Amino acid sequence: MENIAEPNKAIEADIDREIANRTKDIPGWGIDADIKNNPTYPMKHYNGADHERFNYEKPPQQPIDVEILHSIERPGVTRVFGTSTPPSGLSGMLRRYAFRYSESTYAHWVPLVVADRINVIEGIVDDLKHGHIPNIFAEKGWQAEWKYNRQGFIKNVAVTVAVTAVVATLLFRKKKSK
Amino acid sequence: MLAMNFRGPFRVRADRNRPMPEIKHPQDAIVRVTRSCICGSDLHLYHGLVPDTRVGMTFGHEFTGVVVETGSAVTNLKTGDHVMVPFNIACGMCPFCKQQLYGNCHESNPEATAVGGIFGYSHTAGGYDGGQAEYVRVPYANVGPTIIPQGMDLDDAVLLTDVVPTGYQAAEMGGIQQGDTVVVFGAGPVGIMAAKCAWLFGAGRVIVIDHIDYRLEFVRQYAQCEAYNFKEMDDPVVFLKKTTGWLGADVCIDAVGCDAAGNAFQSLVGRKLPLTGGSATALHWAINSVKKGGIVSIVGVYGPLDALVPIGNVVNKGITIRANQASVKRLLPTLIDHVMSGRLNPKAIISHRIPLEEVAEGYHIFSAKRDNCIKPVLIPSSAYAA
Repeated sequence: MENIAEPNKAIEADIDREIANRTKDIPGWGIDADIKNNPTYPMKHYNGADHERFNYEKPPQQPIDVEILHSIERPGVTRVFGTSTPPSGLSGMLRRYAFRYSESTYAHWVPLVVADRINVIEGIVDDLKHGHIPNIFAEKGWQAEWKYNRQGFIKNVAVTVAVTAVVATLLFRKKKSK
Repeated sequence: MLAMNFRGPFRVRADRNRPMPEIKHPQDAIVRVTRSCICGSDLHLYHGLVPDTRVGMTFGHEFTGVVVETGSAVTNLKTGDHVMVPFNIACGMCPFCKQQLYGNCHESNPEATAVGGIFGYSHTAGGYDGGQAEYVRVPYANVGPTIIPQGMDLDDAVLLTDVVPTGYQAAEMGGIQQGDTVVVFGAGPVGIMAAKCAWLFGAGRVIVIDHIDYRLEFVRQYAQCEAYNFKEMDDPVVFLKKTTGWLGADVCIDAVGCDAAGNAFQSLVGRKLPLTGGSATALHWAINSVKKGGIVSIVGVYGPLDALVPIGNVVNKGITIRANQASVKRLLPTLIDHVMSGRLNPKAIISHRIPLEEVAEGYHIFSAKRDNCIKPVLIPSSAYAA
């Protein structure tokens, strides 16, 4: 019975990796090749290294001492990686889920976007847990807005307060009428 | 140590309690930062447009600094060297690095195969803390960091780590022939540099399109080019067709990326919600404004999700699209020569020099385009240490 679980392995086993062997019987092979007829020229200094595929000599491996999520489009982690902010909490769970899917899918990117938003709330909770009350005014750089666009800043605050007041009043009235 | 700390979209702070970076790999170096820019592409992170941007991360991929520690396998640098550090983290050994595609290294970013590692640019670009800090870990220190030539101004050097090479490569990828009309979308720092560099390749006419008047005025003077406000046009594509003899530009450069203004639908689905890889308005206009058989060069940054572009017109017009992250290391020898000989004067685009402690104000000024901001540079107080 045909192995349908891993069809690529069966096919790949039959492929001759030697270009010379594969092309020796093809009349005119490579006759019109032109290194400059390449959209990456001159950015790419073509030397055929692509054809080594994944068998190139690699730098030593950075010790993996934090949790690193890696794309399933590669066989493992890269030889170096960043150690900033390993996945944690609910956002971390979502990120781990996302990395079960390839970069080619929404199942990868959408959970990451959602995780980023959840992570913002986790950040505030974490600040409070460490006794730090985040100064949102300062973090948003509104001191600069006050300095360079005072009129606009006052207008925006006034509009926000007015809209909030109207919404609150409407909600309060609705509740009262019930 | 003091470092920028991302807390969520439009929220960052200067944090004095960040841990000192450590050597994690034999080819690492630790660098004491002397200059660090806020890049236009940092604003994509700041605006929450790049997936897997985690709270607590330090941004910053354009920086210079002094080497204070090296790993056991670092042979090209020594303690005390003052270096400019390309934004690409590149191993120098993978097939892409071997062919000088240093922006496409395959051994620096485990999280995504589509982009190499970049300092301080989310986990989608490798999860490295960046240079908006007093100290930073620099992997593969034998490959990227380059000693600042004697006599070069530090403000010029820091701009050679990203904005100048990116603008230059934008023009290079345009395949500009002598006399060509080149249209640059975006008068931000990269667009300004792309316009300036287009002349080096022999452009006959350079046109910049944006909607921020003070930037248009700046690029008009700095890059000696034409500059127009698309908000004063009914349709920028028709304007460009008309001004290029109804055929379209020879080369169009997208130096805007995912934060583009100018189309309400693109802004809604690409920036506000965001359901796509960003607002692709500039790229849309580039494709429709270039001549048949023309070249569109993209250096604007987009998210990994799909973007709304008229791909049918690319086919029907026979357009060549060329795009990449700048290969800084490859371009540095040429660009150092251009700067040292006075052909390029990058530091003239720096409009704000801000203490690292005021990083939140720096981001807001740049993002909201206050105080005629073009390019802000952060300077840690430790930069002045002996």
